[in-house]
Amino acid sequence: MQLTTGFANPPVDAARAFRVVLDAMAHPARIVDLPPIEAPAPCSPAAAIVLLTLVDATTPLHLAGAHDNDAIRDWVRFHLGAPLVAPQDAAFALGDWDALGPLASYPQASADYPDRSATLIVECAALSSDGVPLTGPGVQTEASLALPDIAALQANAAQFPRGLDFLFTSGAQLAALPRSTQIGGA
Amino acid sequence: MTDYNFAYLDEATKRMLRRAILKAVAIPGYQVPFSSREMPMPYGWGTGGVQVTAACLVPEDTLKVIDQGADDTTNAVSIRKFFARVAGVATTEATAQASVIQTRHRIPETPLTEGQILVFQVPIPEPLRFLEPRETETRTMHALEDYGLMQVRLYEDIAKHGEIARAYAYPVRVEGRYIMDPSPIPKFDNPKLDNSPALQLFGAGRECRIYALPPYTHVKSLDFEDYPFTASKAAGQVCAICGAEDSYLDEVITDDAGGRMFVCSDTDYCATRVAAQAEDAA
Repeated sequence: MQLTTGFANPPVDAARAFRVVLDAMAHPARIVDLPPIEAPAPCSPAAAIVLLTLVDATTPLHLAGAHDNDAIRDWVRFHLGAPLVAPQDAAFALGDWDALGPLASYPQASADYPDRSATLIVECAALSSDGVPLTGPGVQTEASLALPDIAALQANAAQFPRGLDFLFTSGAQLAALPRSTQIGGA
Repeated sequence: MTDYNFAYLDEATKRMLRRAILKAVAIPGYQVPFSSREMPMPYGWGTGGVQVTAACLVPEDTLKVIDQGADDTTNAVSIRKFFARVAGVATTEATAQASVIQTRHRIPETPLTEGQILVFQVPIPEPLRFLEPRETETRTMHALEDYGLMQVRLYEDIAKHGEIARAYAYPVRVEGRYIMDPSPIPKFDNPKLDNSPALQLFGAGRECRIYALPPYTHVKSLDFEDYPFTASKAAGQVCAICGAEDSYLDEVITDDAGGRMFVCSDTDYCATRVAAQAEDAA
């Protein structure tokens, strides 16, 4: 088996990638483009770039479903060194929405330390702005994003300031949904 | 450029900072603890802001650094030169041309635009710290939204002084949830925090905290219905150099006989106005 490469120039590539992710997190539902990169199947290039930018030996990672394969595990061990863990111990998780399972199984953080919750990297077939209306910090008037499970994400947002944060990835595209975003008109 | 890693810090540190910044953006106004590093400058000189800036910079950035509004003070010049050397970024004094602005205690007069990042240097990030010194207690107060103590403090100001006697570091409520210290900016600048199109990041190096205001976030300065917040500045004065009536003014003592003048704190704003006036006159 052959490992795919990581960043060609890690300090600068990671800096550029982070600015794109930061732009997405600061503007929920905004669909941003990341540079193409080789990634082990079925991991999307965007998800691979997020992992290379944010995940390392200090951040336990949960691989869900089809993403829990030898190619990705080897790639994670070589490039990131992140411990592979069960959902309840994860700082980051990667997988399809259905494979990631119930949101309650991930660390939701406490009211004292709401930052200690997991960030879920959700692989999608496509990202679309044709979805439910979103409001909140980072949204000037109203934004919109197609979401996999509106009820579960509304319940997550209702926990604010606790709750999970989401990065939706598809191909080289990414969109963020922080817990601070209110979902749906009601 | 070859002597340092890009933007000075090692990659593991930048990943830690970047994770903290993303959580801070996801929880507006909440202070995210981070593992602050020693920087090649003393605490109090912007080590928190420098770490946040280092985590955000890309080679294509144009960086502006201000200290109390001035581009030409020691702190501002040093940090600008630091990043020009270790990150190879372009620098500017013009607010409109900067993509990242690191600031100590001011928000530029020129309105910020979408895509810009404003990085604040913060000495004491905890707005409740001087009311309750125990971190365990202030953390619980934030968790329970138990902010009565702050309202009492503002009420006592009114009882003693007839007004809320705080001219800088005036506390704000973010999206109706967290009370936040906007860093020691004059309260004149507080309205600029609200609904800003720019991303605002706050770094406190000594206190190991990062917090954030995403763009278009609702930020309200604390007040009472019968004592509404006012963004005050030197009353009845205009800038002695450019004549601006709308900018925040510094009082400068000019001699030993009580002579004084008021000038724009924002040097770029003042210089831009003077240049425009010279052009009009020509």
